[in-house]
Amino acid sequence: MSKSNFTRRGIMKTGAAAGAALTLPTYLRADGHAGFTNAPGDSEVVLGFNVPQSGPYADEGADELRAYELAVEHLNGGGDGGMLQTFSSKALDGTGILGREVKFVTGDTQTKSDAARASARSMIEKDGAVMITGGSSSGVAVAVQALCQEAGIIFMAGLTHSNDTTGKDRKANGFRHFFNSYMTGAALAPVLAAQYGTDRKAYHLTADYNWGYTTQEAIQSSTEALGWETVNTVLTPLTATDFSSYIAPVLNSGADVLILNHYGGNMINSLTNAVQFGLRDAMANGKQFEIVVPLYSELMARGAGPNIKGILGSQNWDWKLENELGAKYSGTNAFVQSFGTKYGFPPSQAAHTCYVQTLLYADAVTRAGSFAPCAVDEALSDFEFDGMGNGPTLYRGSDHQCFKDVLVVRGKENPENEFDLVEIVEVTPVEQVTYAPDHPQMGGAEASLGECNNGA
Amino acid sequence: MDQIIVQFLNGLDKGSAYALIALGLTIIFGTLGVVNFAHGALFMLGAFCAVITSKILSASHKIVDATRTDFLGNPMQVDTFYVQDWFGMAAGQTIMDWAVPIAILFAVPVMIFVGFAMERGLIKHFYKRPHADQILVTFGLALVIGEIIKYFFGANPIQTPAPPAFTGSLDFGVFLGYEAQTIMYPYWRLVYFSFSAVIIAAVFAFLQFTTFGMVVRAGMADRETVGLLGIDIDKRFTFMFGLAAAVAGVAGVMYAPIVAPNYFMGMDFLVLSFVVVVVGGMGSLPGAVAAGFLLGILESFASMPVVIDLLPGINQIIIYLVAIVILLTRPRGLMGRKGVMEE
Repeated sequence: MSKSNFTRRGIMKTGAAAGAALTLPTYLRADGHAGFTNAPGDSEVVLGFNVPQSGPYADEGADELRAYELAVEHLNGGGDGGMLQTFSSKALDGTGILGREVKFVTGDTQTKSDAARASARSMIEKDGAVMITGGSSSGVAVAVQALCQEAGIIFMAGLTHSNDTTGKDRKANGFRHFFNSYMTGAALAPVLAAQYGTDRKAYHLTADYNWGYTTQEAIQSSTEALGWETVNTVLTPLTATDFSSYIAPVLNSGADVLILNHYGGNMINSLTNAVQFGLRDAMANGKQFEIVVPLYSELMARGAGPNIKGILGSQNWDWKLENELGAKYSGTNAFVQSFGTKYGFPPSQAAHTCYVQTLLYADAVTRAGSFAPCAVDEALSDFEFDGMGNGPTLYRGSDHQCFKDVLVVRGKENPENEFDLVEIVEVTPVEQVTYAPDHPQMGGAEASLGECNNGA
Repeated sequence: MDQIIVQFLNGLDKGSAYALIALGLTIIFGTLGVVNFAHGALFMLGAFCAVITSKILSASHKIVDATRTDFLGNPMQVDTFYVQDWFGMAAGQTIMDWAVPIAILFAVPVMIFVGFAMERGLIKHFYKRPHADQILVTFGLALVIGEIIKYFFGANPIQTPAPPAFTGSLDFGVFLGYEAQTIMYPYWRLVYFSFSAVIIAAVFAFLQFTTFGMVVRAGMADRETVGLLGIDIDKRFTFMFGLAAAVAGVAGVMYAPIVAPNYFMGMDFLVLSFVVVVVGGMGSLPGAVAAGFLLGILESFASMPVVIDLLPGINQIIIYLVAIVILLTRPRGLMGRKGVMEE
């Protein structure tokens, strides 16, 4: 026969203990009283800069970190203020964010999704970062963005160009300032048609991962719409270093244009191989053979050396923009002055986008009067701004993608110095690169931001 | 047919690199019994010898050109090269252009020294340890070497061009009766293949026809007996480690114009080279060379669009597929010796 242990006193004790136990984890976290993950205290706020500090994109990661540190300096009232002087919103006053001094922690993505998620998780759980930013790969950006959505943290994407980041994988807690593959196709194709004609046969070599697929799709569809024919598309391993086996068949394939949907070291090597195999000097179908690199970066151009001369591609931003195209792109010179004075060389487009993302986040928090992700979401969605180097820009609410002019550039034939790598061929107006949020390349009607998540 | 010829040439080139690295790996394994996972790093160091030589030869000082401004609007500082100061513009430029071949003179002693230092400073302490320990320590060493290079040279590939005389492509098809420009092949890749063939032949000749080589081969077959004859075989094996490092180094120097050197290029080659060694047969020098060329050629053919269309993804697994088939049918590899790695 059993005897019941339940007594009035026992039930009250158990209830009190259980209640305390359930409350404790929430109470110990600062967000317990604020209702969102990692709510900062009164004196400081921590931002998480998650960039590739090792691996093939480490140089870009280093430039991104420089930009982040400069942004923090400006937010805290140091230096010359950079783009705080030119930004159309005047909410930021150099006293940190909502009166809190900005601190930061860094993580190493290694350009690997798993490592990037692990470092982002560490910054969120151990360091109390209220916002994560960075990247140099779309695979990493998509993975970290999903993590931030689950954790109730804002993700301000750094360098990520795949359609999917704000396309089929878009998230309410994620925002992208950088342009994307669709925009590259829309900006580049008309210039290609004007420069090389509408009767061209293209051969695509494409990096075998997310970004490669969407870039190939975007370039293929926009060039075919202008009359080009696609002769062949070949996927190349991301780990490949010698592309000669893929380049060699190109010349006798009937193609007269080679499109290298490659980035970073892949692009440097494939372009070098293409030049070695004489494609730059060859004739095909009675025309001069041409090579196109859809996505440029200054660091890649430096790595490719003279091979980049004369080759067309697209960029999000260029440090010469304001000098060459006027005050519409104000903010460019202010940033170049700050960055150049501090580090001794001009910033890359990766540095620019990361700097701008940090300021935009700080500004949104300040205008919202809250660090809560849903408040930031509301402040950034459909926010129109200017003075950040790209001209008038819209942060579209339906997909959290920035819309602004896109640059078409060409490797410079006679550079004046080691930083003078590309010339701006055309600035494509924002209207020409804008698309519907439910565009098929962006995941169609099924793609959705979902609900914003405050976490906690 | 023309595509098959081009891919065959490509395969010879890739195979040359695989064979040279695998040759060094096999020498080290055959003499010292060490599985050297840092061998790819030695190849990478060789490529960076070309980078360093190029940087030394293009060392410059700044002079202010008041007529131009830099990106911040300050007076422009222009690079002026010392070799052009000393030898004149034309001669100085020629010296800078020939940095890669000149780098061989720099790389050979440097790589022999690095090899000696590795063997005496670290690896000799692991001779009697299990192969797993050797793999761990040499792999760790490879990471350290890679990080040191990244610290000094950054993560991005560094273009190291071939001399102007060897840029461009040879109209290879004309020699085979094809129309002009049907089979174009880069001059430097032909140079690389020829150079590799010479190095491989020289290593074999050294081992086959010199007294030193004969003693080393005897030591590889029966180390104890050679030692009992009063020969200091350890010193000779240390020298062979240095020689293997030098072979990897010059292979890297000459490869620099083909793929721009970066700090992780050694890792790219390492795994493939081990597959080459295993397919060729652990400890077999001819096996390493034969397997290097075989796998290089197969990899090249597997990358042809028509093959990828037929068997998607075959280009990424062909080497491992061949390795599995060969090891299932010939567990000791193509030319492996009985007893090696079987204890």
